[in-house]
Amino acid sequence: MSDTLFHFFSVLTVACALGLVLNKNAVASALCLLVCLTGIAGLFVLLDAFLLAVLTVFVYAGAVVALFLFIIMLLDMQGGDRKPFTKASIIAGAAAVGLLCTGLYSFIVRGHIDSPALADTPAVGSSLRAYAELLFTTYLLPVQIVGFLLLIAMLGVIVISKKFEGLEDIK
Amino acid sequence: MSPLVALPLAAAVNLADLLRVDLNSYLYLSALLFAIGFFGVLLRKNTLAIYMCLELMLVAATVALVAFSRYNGTMDGNVFVFFILTVAAAEVAVGLAIIVALFRRRQTIQVEELNALKN
Repeated sequence: MSDTLFHFFSVLTVACALGLVLNKNAVASALCLLVCLTGIAGLFVLLDAFLLAVLTVFVYAGAVVALFLFIIMLLDMQGGDRKPFTKASIIAGAAAVGLLCTGLYSFIVRGHIDSPALADTPAVGSSLRAYAELLFTTYLLPVQIVGFLLLIAMLGVIVISKKFEGLEDIK
Repeated sequence: MSPLVALPLAAAVNLADLLRVDLNSYLYLSALLFAIGFFGVLLRKNTLAIYMCLELMLVAATVALVAFSRYNGTMDGNVFVFFILTVAAAEVAVGLAIIVALFRRRQTIQVEELNALKN
């Protein structure tokens, strides 16, 4: 049952990721990202990381995708006529994709890890207590720093999106 | 055996392994999602779409972290995903603010038209 669910969620995730990349419409791309993130939350549930699944749905699928949709709506770009790719960018892109495919191929053929059985290892990530214990003991300093990072990011967003008077000549 | 025969054969053997779900399956999925996101960053010309593909790459990395954490019975990978989520949220807010500021100034967010630093 768990294997079937894994295959279902992985196919869903990869299909939506391809939809995100190949779709020309930005709104459709954002909705593909939404479904893709939901599939990843399902994978987190299969890995017994229930808190992370819920957080992924809340933070990513909720806040981040909603923010993307707001910005797409705000900027209201209608695609316009895209310039074709230049020759140099086609060559560079083909080289990058070739390198990436080689890497993936060698990873699949040679990079096999002897995986421990799932039944033998305890699902430590399933309880909220385990997160709390680590976050408030070992990782207390990183938690504080990340809190400050969020504060600074918020201030930065306000400063960036504020309109300053008398700075027009800099343009 | 010549490499031309051996390599597809090895891939076929691994395909049978792929259907059995273990740590490797999650890692393959994570690598595939990362590759798709990377491909999107190369392919797309809309800055917002490039940003969404970057998010996809970030999430692909978190899948690998959670899988390692689960199969090794440790918590550190899970907690690290926690921090990645926070940093990603901050990053999205700042990045989108920059894109909006860019659009206000230049009236476009297509990457090939943002070439003020060229030459």
